[in-house]
Amino acid sequence: MTALAQLGSGTPATGSPPPARPGRHRLLPYLLLLPGAAWLVLFFVVPLAQLAAASLYDPTGSLSTGYVLTWAFGNYPEALQAYAPQFARSFGYAGAALVLALLLGYPLAYAIAQKAGRWKNLLLVCVVAPMFTSFLVRTLAWKTILSDNGVLVGLLRDVHLLGPDGRLLATPVAVVLGLTYNFLPFLVLPLYASLERLDHRLLEAAGDLYAGPLHAFRTVTLPLSMPGLIAGTLLFFIPATGDYINAELLGTPNEYMIGNVIDSAFLVRLDYPQGAALSFLLMAAILAVVFVYLRRAGTEDVL
Amino acid sequence: MSGMANEAPAGDLRLVDLTKRFGIFTAVDDLTLTVPQGSFFALLGASGCGKTTTLRMIAGLEEPTSGQVLLGDRDISRLRPYKRPVNTVFQSYALFPHLDIAENVAFGLRRRGIRKVDGQVRQMLSLVQLDGFGRRRPAQLSGGQQQRVALARALINHPQVLLLDEPLGALDLKLRRQMQIELKRIQTEVGITFVHVTHDQEEAMTMADTVAVMNAGRIEQLGAPAELYEYPATAFVANFLGQSNLLAAEAAGPAGPEVPVTAHGARFSVPVDRARVDRGPVYLGVRPEKLHLAEAADEVPAGHQHVPGVITDASYVGVSTQYLVRTGWGSELSAFAANSGVGRQHPVGTSVVAHWDPRHAFLLPREPGQDDRTTPLLDEPVKVPS
Repeated sequence: MTALAQLGSGTPATGSPPPARPGRHRLLPYLLLLPGAAWLVLFFVVPLAQLAAASLYDPTGSLSTGYVLTWAFGNYPEALQAYAPQFARSFGYAGAALVLALLLGYPLAYAIAQKAGRWKNLLLVCVVAPMFTSFLVRTLAWKTILSDNGVLVGLLRDVHLLGPDGRLLATPVAVVLGLTYNFLPFLVLPLYASLERLDHRLLEAAGDLYAGPLHAFRTVTLPLSMPGLIAGTLLFFIPATGDYINAELLGTPNEYMIGNVIDSAFLVRLDYPQGAALSFLLMAAILAVVFVYLRRAGTEDVL
Repeated sequence: MSGMANEAPAGDLRLVDLTKRFGIFTAVDDLTLTVPQGSFFALLGASGCGKTTTLRMIAGLEEPTSGQVLLGDRDISRLRPYKRPVNTVFQSYALFPHLDIAENVAFGLRRRGIRKVDGQVRQMLSLVQLDGFGRRRPAQLSGGQQQRVALARALINHPQVLLLDEPLGALDLKLRRQMQIELKRIQTEVGITFVHVTHDQEEAMTMADTVAVMNAGRIEQLGAPAELYEYPATAFVANFLGQSNLLAAEAAGPAGPEVPVTAHGARFSVPVDRARVDRGPVYLGVRPEKLHLAEAADEVPAGHQHVPGVITDASYVGVSTQYLVRTGWGSELSAFAANSGVGRQHPVGTSVVAHWDPRHAFLLPREPGQDDRTTPLLDEPVKVPS
């Protein structure tokens, strides 16, 4: 870079005219940023400001009578009070799904990265393959899988894990299973990327230094896969918390998450101030959870 | 977990009929050897000769196909690596990138549930001259420093045997020399058995008490460096450890204190105690620095044997001049003349007489049909960056 800069600045002593390029070089990064920044401002910042304004509209207004911005901060406590259970469910279900996904995803990512050999690429395609069909279709398929007269429920009834009238569909279990399934690839792929780079000679070294397999996992594999683990959990947890399709299709109103409430506030009840306030509350809650998580898991400590 | 890395003397490390096959390839072939306790033992050989596989079997990272690894009277062949009182300095160092230097060094102690590690870690870092580096990350250290961390990380456990897998391979020449001296000093200081795998004959000879030269999964010769160099047992050893002039000759049994041989129509002799074989096809060997050059046959000292020839190449390398002498029958002999101020330089093209003291010659077995060998082996190890 230094050499480049020296070349670019050109010295008058050589008698050559100063090149016209340096200015453009300095502007280039900004020019490259411009399209993306414009896109974000137009379709993210402006709508976000709009939404923030909407969350402070007078709640007595309606689409037909029009809304007035009255800085009604009371919308927030009101919305939180009214839908606290849905908030709790959102984080509860997403958290449960995350635990389940980690139990499934970590061994899967590890096996693909370290043990699969020439099957690696095929297995990766298998992880991603479901994404080729629509999210909606996949969730509807789970409706069939979990249905009352389906094979799974029949089997669980036979081994008495479910009572004779027990069901999976329209229960919290179904919603958690759906969330786990739908967002699993977002957890597995970053984890795989981290584990794939893990040098197995480090595990040999750990073994040589008296660490049994469990110790070696805890002290070497796990810390070295932290970047992937953190990225994966965030990519899993954030969309899962805001999801409303799984609760809608696999649950009942008793399983509704905050996403369902926001959905109905905007599209059914047409209560814009409440929908906007709930959206911001969800965003704030997720940011708080992520912040605490990152402070505790800390990426700066991981190479 | 107790009993591991105990301070009590462990006894010798013994490999008994150790064999390792990968599919149809036999990497280590029925190897039997004893490494005396407290010795610095080098396994020397070209890449692919099975030396690293042998080391990995001692460490427990590779399971033997058959045979035993014994430490004293204890058979450790089937123990998992983390149960063996043996530590390894890996060729790649394999330092943990997410831990600082102090934690890397303390790793083994912590795994064994020792809480107070600071004092020992500081002591160990001081032994490898890395005082004050404890809080740094491996990536912030140079290759030589990382190598020393790897050494400290293994030594802190007071293993009964320390295994070194080409530990100096990634270092530049100057640093390697420095580390050779350093390693030898540390070994003398801690008195632990070192088993050192290398392809560098100089490294093996400068450091080890005992060198085992390996070739194709077997030990060609085992002994003190000087013994191996002065009286090699096979043509492989004669050319892997330094250079040798090997003349194809025929021997017809001992005659008194000597074994007379015929090579290319000329008659020579070698003392009986310098002959590995005394009958049939043999190699008559002389080291290049033991081969002296005279301008005429009457200058050859009494008792020396000689061959006339013509200088075809002279390379001045500072401490010595290395000559190639073409003999009457076409082979080239290599001769090193020390640049000590006595003796003359021989220009290319001059006729000379190459002569040697028969007490410096040796007789080695030769396969019938094999011709003279003077140049070093072509399959000398090539450094492969890992």
